[in-house]
Amino acid sequence: MAETNSRAIEGDDSFTRSAGKQLALYALYAVISLSVLVYILSVAAAQFGSNSTGQAIDVEDNAVTITLRAEPPQLDQGRSTDASSFVVLAHAFEGLIAYDEEARLTPGVAERWEIREDGATFWLREDAKWSDGVPVTAYDFEFAWRRVVDPATASQYAFIFYSIKNAEAVNTGVLPKEMLGVRAVSDRQLEVEFEQPTPYFDKLVAFITFLPVREDFYNSTNGRYGADADEMIYNGPYMITDWVHSASMVWKKNPYYWSDKRGFLDEIRVAYITSDTNAKLNLFKDGQIVETELLSPMLPGAMAERWQIDRIMDGTVFFFEFNHRPGRVTDNLNFRKALMYAHESSELVYKALKEASYLPAVSLFPAWIQGVNGPFREEYPPPEHHMDLEKARHHLELAKQELGVDEFPPIVMLSGDTPVSLVASAYYQELFRKRLGLEIRIDAQIFKQRLAKMTSGDFDIVLAGWGPDYDDALTFGDFFASWNLNNRGRYNSPEMDSYIRTAQSSLDPKERMDAFGNIQQLVYDDVAMLPMYERGWSFVVDPRLKGFRRRSVGPEVDYNYAYIDVSSD
Amino acid sequence: MSKLTAADFAPHSNEHHCHALSRPSLSYWQDAWIRLKSNKRALASGCLIIGLLIFTLLGPLLWSVNSSEQDLDQLSTPPGSARSALIIPDYEPWAGPTTTVTELELAGSATTQSVRLQWTSLPEANGHRVYRNLYPVGEEKAYGIPMAEFFDNNTLYFEDRLDLSPGIYYYSVVALGNNRRPATEAATIRVDVLRATTVDEAIAQGLVEEGEEIAVGDTVNIALHPLGTDYLGRDMLARLMEGARVSLFIGIFAPLLYVLMGVVYGSIAGFMGGKVDQLMMRFADFVVALPFLLFMILFKISFGIGPGESGIFPMLVAMVVLLWPATARLVRGQIMQIREQGYVEASKLLGAKSSYLILRHMLPNTLGVVLVTLTFEIPRAIFTEAFLSFIGMGVAPPTPSWGSMSNEGIKTMLNTPHELIFPALLISITVLAFNLLGDGLRDALDARMRNTE
Amino acid sequence: MMWFIGKRLVQGLITVWFIATATFFAMHNVPGDPLLNDRATTAIIRANLEAKYGLDKPVTTQYFIYLNNIAHGDFGISFAQENREVNDIIREHFPVSAILGILAVVIAAVGGILWGSLTALYRNRLPDYIIMFLVILGISVPSFVIAALSQLGIVTINSLLGRTFLPVAGWGTISHMLVPALVLGLTTMAYLTRLMRSSMLEIVNSDFVRTAKSKGVPPARIFARHQLRNAVLPVITVLGPSIAAITTGGFVVEIVFAIPGLGRFFVEAVQQLDYTVIMGTTVFYGAFLVFMVILVDVIYGFIDPRVRMN
Repeated sequence: MAETNSRAIEGDDSFTRSAGKQLALYALYAVISLSVLVYILSVAAAQFGSNSTGQAIDVEDNAVTITLRAEPPQLDQGRSTDASSFVVLAHAFEGLIAYDEEARLTPGVAERWEIREDGATFWLREDAKWSDGVPVTAYDFEFAWRRVVDPATASQYAFIFYSIKNAEAVNTGVLPKEMLGVRAVSDRQLEVEFEQPTPYFDKLVAFITFLPVREDFYNSTNGRYGADADEMIYNGPYMITDWVHSASMVWKKNPYYWSDKRGFLDEIRVAYITSDTNAKLNLFKDGQIVETELLSPMLPGAMAERWQIDRIMDGTVFFFEFNHRPGRVTDNLNFRKALMYAHESSELVYKALKEASYLPAVSLFPAWIQGVNGPFREEYPPPEHHMDLEKARHHLELAKQELGVDEFPPIVMLSGDTPVSLVASAYYQELFRKRLGLEIRIDAQIFKQRLAKMTSGDFDIVLAGWGPDYDDALTFGDFFASWNLNNRGRYNSPEMDSYIRTAQSSLDPKERMDAFGNIQQLVYDDVAMLPMYERGWSFVVDPRLKGFRRRSVGPEVDYNYAYIDVSSD
Repeated sequence: MSKLTAADFAPHSNEHHCHALSRPSLSYWQDAWIRLKSNKRALASGCLIIGLLIFTLLGPLLWSVNSSEQDLDQLSTPPGSARSALIIPDYEPWAGPTTTVTELELAGSATTQSVRLQWTSLPEANGHRVYRNLYPVGEEKAYGIPMAEFFDNNTLYFEDRLDLSPGIYYYSVVALGNNRRPATEAATIRVDVLRATTVDEAIAQGLVEEGEEIAVGDTVNIALHPLGTDYLGRDMLARLMEGARVSLFIGIFAPLLYVLMGVVYGSIAGFMGGKVDQLMMRFADFVVALPFLLFMILFKISFGIGPGESGIFPMLVAMVVLLWPATARLVRGQIMQIREQGYVEASKLLGAKSSYLILRHMLPNTLGVVLVTLTFEIPRAIFTEAFLSFIGMGVAPPTPSWGSMSNEGIKTMLNTPHELIFPALLISITVLAFNLLGDGLRDALDARMRNTE
Repeated sequence: MMWFIGKRLVQGLITVWFIATATFFAMHNVPGDPLLNDRATTAIIRANLEAKYGLDKPVTTQYFIYLNNIAHGDFGISFAQENREVNDIIREHFPVSAILGILAVVIAAVGGILWGSLTALYRNRLPDYIIMFLVILGISVPSFVIAALSQLGIVTINSLLGRTFLPVAGWGTISHMLVPALVLGLTTMAYLTRLMRSSMLEIVNSDFVRTAKSKGVPPARIFARHQLRNAVLPVITVLGPSIAAITTGGFVVEIVFAIPGLGRFFVEAVQQLDYTVIMGTTVFYGAFLVFMVILVDVIYGFIDPRVRMN
């Protein structure tokens, strides 16, 4: 800003005026050429963009517009592991058994089934067809399941098949995949042999990895199966007709789908793929999408708008996982007890996290898990726990004596980089400092690095979570098995192992649930972990859409039973 | 026509008049300083920067609140909130109604510690769901946030402890139908929540004077937070001060280091000239070509941040490694220009050694340019740090920095704008001040504008 | 001239090689394991995954394979998006970022030149004050704050008007491009305005302008041919690095406005330790920037003959 050079121009008004006119002329040229440029660029952009019509509900087309959290990285059913892919697969495919509106198991491709001690039989219906009209057969399931356990496929969910005979042997390369205990007796009948009794097999089978794949189609894609909309065929209520990667998808009703009880919409448009919840909220406010979740900062605004807010437990339990490897401070039981008595999960949820949809966790098993005849936690109440600072300090002293130290070394708390983990870790750091005088160091890592450190045991405490794969207590119950690779803290207890084996193989429901009750108690007594919270979501749906569900087990969002109803307004 | 007389043509005397000194001789720097002082904007910015430094360095001595202390009773409070709190008994878990209940009603008093509701079963209900709203429930039946669900008619009470602030809430109990979905029957109650705390908490937070006795029913003033608190109840002022230390440390030291490195590298290259210069500049070009932000992020991850470390050091190193070439090129250009000047030639002819030439002639003449560059690089470094912290690739939590505080503030922008406004404002002010100062410096040091009267 | 261009191209190639090498070794120093996932895997599956991605070979071998592949234009397969090749990802998403970036740069340049000349012309009068105030806002408010606020602004405008005047997010039509490009180019436009202003003010006092005036050349011509044209030079010099800053810094805008651009992909790839995408994107961006700088240099060489002689 050169102050002193201006004298030449200052007094010369006529110069300024004519120069100004010239400038205005240039500005006009600029605006015109800019408009032309914008037009050209927009034509180019349209090649790469989504065709968002901008309507949450399109009554004429019987269509709705939704968003996905992330681009599905893997739509090959056998190899998929992430939530976004599961959402897509749950609409485009159907397994032997499906979920109904109220999340109960209901016949899918299988009309009826029988679960015995040594195996299971599924009888498939006649009218289940693929989106090209070809009937779905038992061979499709046989082929798909063999693929999953085949080590060459490198499926990360292969472990869920291990209750099937020889599955583990095939997966570790000992036996060829044809030896898997699954056999298509005919087009309509599938026989499964168990490695050990698996009474909850029907619940397992509803999981995504058990979806069918047709062999001839798969071979025709030359390794590109699942990579694009036309590299897949579908047997679910919807087909993927359009897929612009990372931008949009369109699902259209599958004309060959056998049931009229699912798939009431003609079209589902995934017009936006974004993880930014603020952007989603803005889209919802603007009437562009039909549903969005609400985080706690958004709730006051939602209440001001007089929206109908709903909530669902999403099934996941988050907890403090301890490193039980020998040599770690956290291997000491008294130390863990000290931490346990120094805190209460309700304070974390109500004061620090402030999410109305979260529940303070009190057990390894979340509130929605079913027991014999009703909720598991009603039949087997979790141990009562209250914060007790005196006990906490007492246990801390005992731990000091046992370990022979005067002061504890700094404890490393490994956490993720999500906003919730950061809040939780900051809260705990301050809490343990204030109440127990412990120094906690926070080690915030991105997902993969956190996993790497967990696997190598490079932590003392880690803020971890576990989501259910199927609707049975075992999906949580077997977490602390000494053979479970996901038990990255290496908790090892023969008593726990024996309870888990009972729960896995006993045919008596009461015996199984008793075992789970024992597991729940043991986790508390042995402080295998500290429960933090059960995650849930507050969400809001466009009032014109009915039948939409969010699920605890199964896909995050479920439009299979959704339909448009504009009458009630 | 002027009158010319003979006296005008008298011969001039032979006196010699010395040129009077119109003012004392000013060196380059003195002249620059005068001009800088007269530039009001630059002066104001300079004062602002000094103020910021005082805020950062001396502030914690005056306001000694711990920046990581969490006041869980005052979450996200805006500045200037009311502070009186009622003393109530310590919290005891509630096991349900102790008297007969006839309708939806409050059990006990409603305080920020807990709100307890009890009700009778609604007609045709297969369970109940409790909602909480900030607004009265109108015809559209928007009940608010679902707080809890009970799937049988045995549990007819609920205790709310979620993020209660003093004010008015509207609770509704809605009957659940057979499909566990909300039905039409509902009851609503309006609750006035009072701010409260317990004796233990009051003592622990130092709200009570030594020797003073407090009992249930008294009122105390809760802790003062002049700029409000953040989402974990941490004092904003203290956090801003600590954040200032981080942001300004990186913002000032990183440029200092890489400008220094650039000066050394550039002067060597410029002075040596020839092949050495070509080679050195080629290398500098390579480093410039690396996409800056991408590499900052890559460096940050590959350094890894250990537990408890703040991540300041890796960021510093990354910035120094990536940003020195610009200064180097500038200095090299200057040196090459100066090398051709007459006075350097003259000095050489008089037998000056290379080190004398560099130290006495070249470097001081580049100092002006370097100083201006430094002043412009500081805001750039602050912005870069804020930006990286914003996308989560900056300092490691819980170390505060203005950028990470802005990141957290944006999430609650609509409800508690103060969490965003204060750090963002500080970033803007600092960046602006350094920019204006840099402008002023550049004008002051521009030799062409030297007053040559 | 050809010699000039040729020399720059060769330099550019070496620079790209340097970038590729630096990226490769930076990536392989990153702790953490891209193959790990929530559900732990058995040893044999892990071995298969490693073999598939070539991670079982020693680092130097991997480096040469990598260089070889790049020379053939093959960046490999994404780790996270297991069915997509990095080339496809770049091919599908870079144009989006490029379009956004081009628009932003053009808006910034045109705006900067026009506003700068305006303020220089009407020095110390009302237009100058208004524009300089906006410039100050533009350079001091962080870009992410501007992005979030502008999206909020769109929602408010839409609700006031009762219909969707501007889309809140997404990509594909003219109205999708306007606000994001504007937000992206704002900071650069502010800087360019200032630069243009000081450059103009310098020129105004220079000898050749004074000569032209005293010769009686019409003012409009002086303004256009002498002042504007010469003042624009520093702005063009800065344009090269500005393009760089805008294209790589675009990911905040891409995330906030749900635009499927390469910048957003890069950030997600970093968070998932997707080696191939990270390396491919970095090398690609590096090559793109090198090319842009060469282009700007060549254009500059056309405009300013002195550069060519150097």
